[in-house]
Parts: sequence; C-alpha cells; structure tokens
Amino acid sequence: MRAFAQLLERLAFTPGRNAKLAALGAYLRTAPDPERGYALAALTGDLELGRAQPAVLRAMVGARVDPELFALSYDFVGDLAETIALVWPMAGTPEDLDLAQIVETLQAAPKARAGELIAGWLDRLEASERYALLKLATGGLRVGVSARLARVALSQLGAPEIAEIEELWHGLAPPYLNLFSWIEGGEKPVNAARAPFRPVMLSTPIDAEALAQIEPSDYAAEWKWDGIRIQAVSDEGTRRLYSRTGEDISQSFPDIVAHMAFEGALDGELLVRRGADVAPFGDLQKRLGRKSPGRAMLQSHPAALRLYDVMIWEGEDLRALPYAQRRARLERAVADLPPERFDLSPQLSFRSWDDLAALRADPPETVIEGVMLKRRDSAYVAGRPRGPWYKWKRDPMVIDAVLLYAQRGHGKRSGFYSDFTFAVWDGAQLVPVGKAYSGFTDEELRRLDRFVRHNTIERFGPVRSLKPELVVEVAFEGLNRSTRHKSGLAMRFPRIARIRWDKPVAEADRIDTLRDLLPPA
Amino acid sequence: MAQPLLIPRPEGLYCPLGDFHIDPSRPVARALITHGHADHARAGHGAVLATRQTLDIMAIRYGAEFTGQRQVYEGPLRIGQTEVRFHPAGHVLGSAQIAVTAQGTRIVASGDYARRATPSCAPFEPVACDIFITEATFALPVFRHPDPRVEIAKLLASVKSEPERPHLVGAYALGKAQRVIALLRAAGYDAPIYIHGALQALCDYHIAQGIALGDLRPATMDKTEARALREAIVIAPPSAFGSAWVQRFSDPVISFASGWMQIRARARQRGVELPLVISDHVDWDELTSTVEEIDPAELWITHGREEALMRWAALHQRVARPLGLVGYEEEPE
Repeated sequence: MRAFAQLLERLAFTPGRNAKLAALGAYLRTAPDPERGYALAALTGDLELGRAQPAVLRAMVGARVDPELFALSYDFVGDLAETIALVWPMAGTPEDLDLAQIVETLQAAPKARAGELIAGWLDRLEASERYALLKLATGGLRVGVSARLARVALSQLGAPEIAEIEELWHGLAPPYLNLFSWIEGGEKPVNAARAPFRPVMLSTPIDAEALAQIEPSDYAAEWKWDGIRIQAVSDEGTRRLYSRTGEDISQSFPDIVAHMAFEGALDGELLVRRGADVAPFGDLQKRLGRKSPGRAMLQSHPAALRLYDVMIWEGEDLRALPYAQRRARLERAVADLPPERFDLSPQLSFRSWDDLAALRADPPETVIEGVMLKRRDSAYVAGRPRGPWYKWKRDPMVIDAVLLYAQRGHGKRSGFYSDFTFAVWDGAQLVPVGKAYSGFTDEELRRLDRFVRHNTIERFGPVRSLKPELVVEVAFEGLNRSTRHKSGLAMRFPRIARIRWDKPVAEADRIDTLRDLLPPA
Repeated sequence: MAQPLLIPRPEGLYCPLGDFHIDPSRPVARALITHGHADHARAGHGAVLATRQTLDIMAIRYGAEFTGQRQVYEGPLRIGQTEVRFHPAGHVLGSAQIAVTAQGTRIVASGDYARRATPSCAPFEPVACDIFITEATFALPVFRHPDPRVEIAKLLASVKSEPERPHLVGAYALGKAQRVIALLRAAGYDAPIYIHGALQALCDYHIAQGIALGDLRPATMDKTEARALREAIVIAPPSAFGSAWVQRFSDPVISFASGWMQIRARARQRGVELPLVISDHVDWDELTSTVEEIDPAELWITHGREEALMRWAALHQRVARPLGLVGYEEEPE
C-alpha cells in the first residue's frame, strides 16, 4: 500500500502531464503483479469493489470520532476519504499492507463486512496510506489522472501504441496479467470482447480570422449539438455505448441499446429528444446521473442519437474512406434505423464563410452551440489532428453583474470563497440571477477571496453575504426561463469572464437586458 | 460582581483594571504584545510592553518609531490594579504568554503557541490559571502535525532525486523560515542555504541572538548563476512566488512549509508540488492536551476553528466561550 500511496501523492501534487506519466510509469514498472494491475484498474475506473458506500464509511468513522467534530472536519477538508484518513485515530502499529490482498479480500467479502474490514486496515496504516485505501475502496480516485493518461503511461512501458491498447481495453479485466505480459514483450492478448471501443476523432477550435485562410468548398458543415459525444457499437449481439474516452455507459441508456439492431460502429451525439424537439442539456444530465434509470425517467427523458459518422458497417472498416463517402454510407444506414432513436445530423448549405457565420449567429434551436466543419476528403483518424475537423463555437453572451454572496469551495478550492452568486438591478433592488465558480485565475481567486473576507455583511454557515461593491463580467452560453429561480431566469454555464475592480456598482446591467435575451415563450 | 479582568472589544482584548490591551488590532494607548507576527504586533500604539526580542522584531519590521514608548519586560510588574507576568509560548523567537492576575483571578492570554522543541525559541511553559485564552488555528481533529524531521527528510530526498531543479521553500519571514533552516541543519544539511531578501534582517537577528543557522546566502544571483545551481534550497516568503524574482530559477520545485499543507486542496490551490507540514502552532492533540494539562476553570478561544474546540469542550464538560475577536489572520501560518 505504501508504494501506491506514494504514487497517489505524486499524482496529486505534480502539475505536469509528463511528470505524472513518469510517476505512473515508474510505479507500473516496479510494482509486482497482481498489485499493479489492481492499481491500474483503480486509476482507470475499472476496479469493481463497490463495497464502501459513503454511508458505510460515515458509520465506520462515527464509531470512532464524534459526529459533530467529524462534520466540522469534513466541511473544512471537503473530501470524505481525506477527512476520514486524517481524523482516524490509529490503534495499531503501521505496516506496509499488501494492496492486492486487500483488493481480493474486499472482492470476496460479503458487503456487510466491508466497514469492519476497512476499519481494521485503517488501524494499521499511516495517514497517506489510509487515504489511498479509502480512495481505492470508494472507487472515486479523482487524483488528477484520467483513464486515458493511465493508458498512455502503460503504452510507454513497451512497444504497443496507445490506440492498440485502447482497442483491446474492453476485452481485458483486472489485474491485467496478459496485458502487462504483452507490453513487456510477450504475446498479444486475443481481443475476445465483442463491440470494442475505437478511439474517436476530435476537432480543434477555430475563429473567423483563421477561417479566412481555408477554402469553404473543401468543408462540409453541420450544427454542433449540445449533448455528449457517443460511439454506438453493435457486434453480433453485443451492444455498447461508449463515451468519447471509451467509458462504457450502455447501462444508463437501455432505451437506445434496445434499438441498436445493426452491425457496426456509429459516431454521434447523445441527446434527450422528444419527437423533433431536442431537450436542453440539463435533461440529458439527469439521464447521465442515473446508472439504471427507472421507467418514469425513460418516458419523461427519452434518449436519442443524432449521428454524424460511421466507422464500421456490416463488417467493413470505413475509417480510411473520405468523409464525403462515409457520410453517404451513413445516410443509407440511418434510413433503416428507428427514427425515434436515431436520426442524422443535417448538413448546412453554405457557399462562403459569411453564409455560415449568418447561420451560426441564428441557429434554429437553443441546444446548438456552434457549427462543426469537416473536410470532405478527411479520413477518420484517432485523436485531435489539426486541420480536418474544426469547431466554431457560438460567442458567449455577457452581462455585468454584482457579487452578492460567496460560498466556500470544496475539493481543490476548499477554504477559499470561490462560488459566487451574482445579481443585476431590478429597479433599485439587486436580484440574484446566477452562480459562477470558474473563469478566474488562481491569483484572481485569491483576490476575490480577500475581497469576500473584507466585505462580509453576514455569515450563514459556509455562505457569506457581501457588501454590493464588486462588478463582474459574466459570460454564459444561453438563457432559459425558470420557475425555480426567483428571477425567472436560468443561465447556462455562467462563468466570470472578467473582474471589474474599477466599475461602479450602479453601472451593472438591469434585468430587462437579460429578459430581452430570452428565447421566445 | 467583580469587574471582568479582560473584555473582548472590537479593537482587541482590553483589561479595565490595568487600562491596557493585549495584541490589539488597532492603535491603542497601551498595548501588551505576545509576539512579533504582524496580526498580533501592529505599529502605532502609544506604548508597547513586550519581551526585548519582540520589541526588536517590531523595530526591524516597522522601523524604530513603531510606538510612542516602549518597555522591555524584565520580570513581574504591576499595571494599575493587576499583576502581569510573561511566560514563554514556544511559538517564535521572543513569543510569550501574558498572565494577568487581579482580585484572586488569573487569566493567561497565550497568543499563538507551540509545544514542540525548536532551537529558535524557549519552550512553552504551562501556567496554572483560572481562564486560559487559546488560539484555535489548527483546532480540528484532522490536524495532527507529523514529525517535522520526517518532512525535512522528504525535502532532502526530493533535492537528491531532482538535483537540477532548485527547491523553493515558502516560509514566513518570522519564525517559520528560521525553523526550517534550523531543521535542515539538524538533519545534517550543511551546504549554503539561499534566502530571499525579505528574510535577511530577521535571519540576521536570529543569528545575533545566538541561534545558529549556518551558511546563509542572499538569493539574488542572476539567471546564469541560478541555472548553474545544483541541489539548491532557497527559502522565500510565499508571496515571493508570485513575483518576478522567481523567474531566475528554471523549473523550480515549489514547496511550502505550513500546517495548512496537511490539507491536499490547500497545497494544490497554491500550486505547491512538495507540501511540507511544518507548523509553529499546536495541532489538535497538542491543543487539547495543553488545555487538559493546564485545566483552567474556563477556556476562551480567540481565533481559528472555534466551533470544533467549543464542541470538544462540551464533550469534556469544560466551560468555553469564543471571543469573536477580529483582525487576526485566518491563515497566520
């Protein structure tokens, strides 16, 4: 457990991607089997322990530490596993416990014994190892390493390319003995898994200025949908939905999986769609939050795919074909699929960038966040090549608002006032219209935090009300009516674009400015 | 009913029987100062009573004219109807607890204090009293400061494994910087240690007071010299990390010596790559055991995590009250 705890420590504090890769590589090279396989699975989110729900942990720590002191500690630290690791009153002498043995014991144990087992180990570990154990047991490592980065580190141990590893990944299981053996020069594991994930093609951002350098007729355009990128693979009866990083999310979308009666791999956007109407992103978020959605949710929030590419079709790999040809194949394929679950992302007709700019400025639906450009002759390649695919996002809307409340952040920002409620004028009153907790630099965060501490009117737990003295420029992606907010408005992805230390509060925007931005009722 | 001995006021703790304040946050006629950290020792009072070292430190920080009159504490003295004594607090050089006695009651205002031995100041002395006034900076059970020698060993191991990268250790100018240097020396590190200009005067003062800090050099080298350094340790106030001064170092390891480094989010928020949990305050166990050792009839809490200490007091049937004093930094480390 000590080596793994040290790895987590390095990963948590090392800022650079390369340094993280080096730390991962050093661990994967030196840790023994099967420990390194379990550790890798923990990092990629593929370790199924599922034994330690937060409630189990809370009960466990409640037996050792006064609940109120624990609650105050948790509020200060902001992370459950870290809080428990720190407050745990160690009862035994520290030992270097075997990670693989812990994992195998937990996997074999009945659920009811998990708390007791974990408590017994915590008694024999140092604080940073207690943290590592709790992170492992709860499954949510969140140590600043994506599953992809872990696989990149893996690919750097030996000859196989990252794309090869990603294609194989879903056919393998922890502790990955055959995978490590292959990477270290042994035989390649046979991909037993049906419906594997294939690395996706990503776009790069572009703006009007850069567009002038490229030829409009070389590109096809379509809307950029505000859903999530998905890969739908159906392979001799095995059906899977993958996120763009290869996470299997089939379980959350049985309504789509049930209709995937095809052989192939399609690329598209996952949306909540009621008939022709695409629901706002918030509706999709509700679905994403449910591991196994109930019948009511499936009815009220039906999921659908809006398709824009085809990678494999009826046994044929189409990725090397030019985009225009793949698009033609896709159109034929979609024609045979049930329209309530699958439709085509339409192509936009334009001759010049000005035409396209006009379309982008006035999209037919609010769930459109810009336009996509795809070079007609581009093959489907993994990664983010510069040139074949571009995204041209809609400009954000901006208003000047006044900070009214601040709340202490959690996680990375615990202890700093980093979550802000802002308001605009309604007559002589300031009405809250949204919350923002991003858009500023760390240095600005420290200044904002200082501002909050020096301009507090009242405290309510972690929230402080502020003297209305600071104007911020808030950028947001869209505006909707809302019955949940007093102002009747809900902003999409608001963030602080600029802090106007200089601007008088009286010059902040009025609510009418916002109301004028609402879509028609 | 007898007049209360000390009263919390907006400007700080006030003693009506002696007509003085302890560590006031605004200028007053007469101030008794526990130690030289800026949130306790402010300039502009009419008269200041403190240890010689605290007075010297205030003069270094604020200039010789920091107060109208100054009085060195040399032994027990009467002020108005009170008797005042200073006792070591173990926090930073010159730090003292202030015991005020009148009408059969003794209050100890401990300022900030620490219980671990350090070469840079005299150890904390427990003083029997009716009311003990404590800080609560690290008053949460998550704060259990590790052995500082283990933290220093981490720093030295990192220096060895990445010799090309200078290690920039953030440490506050009074107390923490000298504590880190003394710990490095005690660990056998005898190479020159580079210090930022803001630390020079206070390090010189520690040396003049007989605290050995070894070979200290100003961290004012130019870019070429800085890039030629190997296995270098540079100590600087954390504020310096945001300044152009840092630009002379290539790919430095940013480290920070503070009790707050126990919390991962704090370290990450500050962009710290090598957090060192080294504190000059008591941790949770030290704070609660100090209260049990002194066993006062009442516990008063000045600043920090008052709620948790109040809860602990309730669980242990102790009378406690938060003073709600303003002006002390929430993060004095």
